Amino acid sequence: MPSLKDLKVRINSVKSTQKITKAMKMVAASKLRRAQEAAEAARPYAERMEKVLTGLGQAVKDQPGASPLLAGTGKDDVQLVIIATSERGLCGGFNTNIVKAARAHIASLIADGKTVKILCIGKKGYGVLRREFEDRIIDLKDMSAVKKLGFGDAQPIAAEVLAMFDRGEFDVATLFYAKFQSALVQITTAQQLIPAPLNVAANENDAEDELAGAVYDYEPSEEAILDDLLPRNVAVQVYRGLLENAASEQGARMTAMDNATRNAGEMIDSLTITYNRTRQANITKELIEIISGAEAL
Amino acid sequence: MSETLHFEIVSPERLLKDAEAAMVVVPGADGDFAAMPAHAPMMSTIRPGVVEIYETETAVPEQLFVKGGLAQISPEGLTILAEETIHLDDVDAGDLAGKISAVEGDLAAASDDVARAAAEKELAWMTVLSEIVS
Repeated sequence: MPSLKDLKVRINSVKSTQKITKAMKMVAASKLRRAQEAAEAARPYAERMEKVLTGLGQAVKDQPGASPLLAGTGKDDVQLVIIATSERGLCGGFNTNIVKAARAHIASLIADGKTVKILCIGKKGYGVLRREFEDRIIDLKDMSAVKKLGFGDAQPIAAEVLAMFDRGEFDVATLFYAKFQSALVQITTAQQLIPAPLNVAANENDAEDELAGAVYDYEPSEEAILDDLLPRNVAVQVYRGLLENAASEQGARMTAMDNATRNAGEMIDSLTITYNRTRQANITKELIEIISGAEAL
Repeated sequence: MSETLHFEIVSPERLLKDAEAAMVVVPGADGDFAAMPAHAPMMSTIRPGVVEIYETETAVPEQLFVKGGLAQISPEGLTILAEETIHLDDVDAGDLAGKISAVEGDLAAASDDVARAAAEKELAWMTVLSEIVS
């Protein structure tokens, strides 16, 4: 049976925890809004890029000498898995979900006898994956210094991935991140970066209203444009993944902190009830002692 | 001619410009070209240079420096995918000269191909920009 003083201390500590979670929730909410705006602002570029790429890619893909970034190296023996997670914890199941999906993917690749290389962006995922796949992790990109995510932050990562590809260090690259849907729902997504996947279905709708009537002139040539575009596309996709991830992280944190605040509230309520009961029990006990003392006289 | 050309300049971070113009001159990889209303559909890569936006045919053009990218003219208009644009009025020649020498230093110190290529690319657009400004 805890004493009254113990209960009081307990209630106060839960209350201050609640204040912290509430503040974190509010911070996450405002950061979420900014992250969401950034993600939305980046959408037009990615969409147009995809449109151009799909149109061009279909024409060139089957030709011999097409860029390996588009057609692949013809093998899939060495797989690069890029896992984007957050830099900070306390965001619910956000990191766990991404890592879980990535781990399943890696395990199935290993089971198929492929060589897997892992590139971590964000140290939360690194911490978990290190235990299991330490020797497969080739690098960790620390993004904790980044205050506001810009295209300049995604570019060096993409450049490094491309350089590795040029050196023939892997055949297929896949990026794992959480796609933002709402503060409650984030979808863990695996996206193939290299070779560039062609979104044929989406293009068919566009093809009818846009490309059908228009025969494009290419300057300098289709191949040259593709060569210029494909590396840029990798950077754009990485950037988009990171932006979505940032928004998802804040959304997940907001939800997690909201739950924590509510749980703390419930805990305070039940502790307060226990406190009041104990207090009353103490008073009753004292009264009984006094009465029975008086009766004994 | 009252017809106008709809054009957009998009960077990976946001939509930079979405407007109407009488003519837009684009520094294509194979030479400058002027996009006007009802231009034949085409696609071209862009070399570092100045995009000139003529709001009306006689107006003084608005000049934007682009580091490179891709231009697409479709029946709906002109779309420029650019990594970054710089307004020519915002360029400080002295500041730029400092940056150029810094990048030249990087180039000299570059130890591997990747760093060297990156520095060369930076230097390329900076040189073009400084030539335009001076």
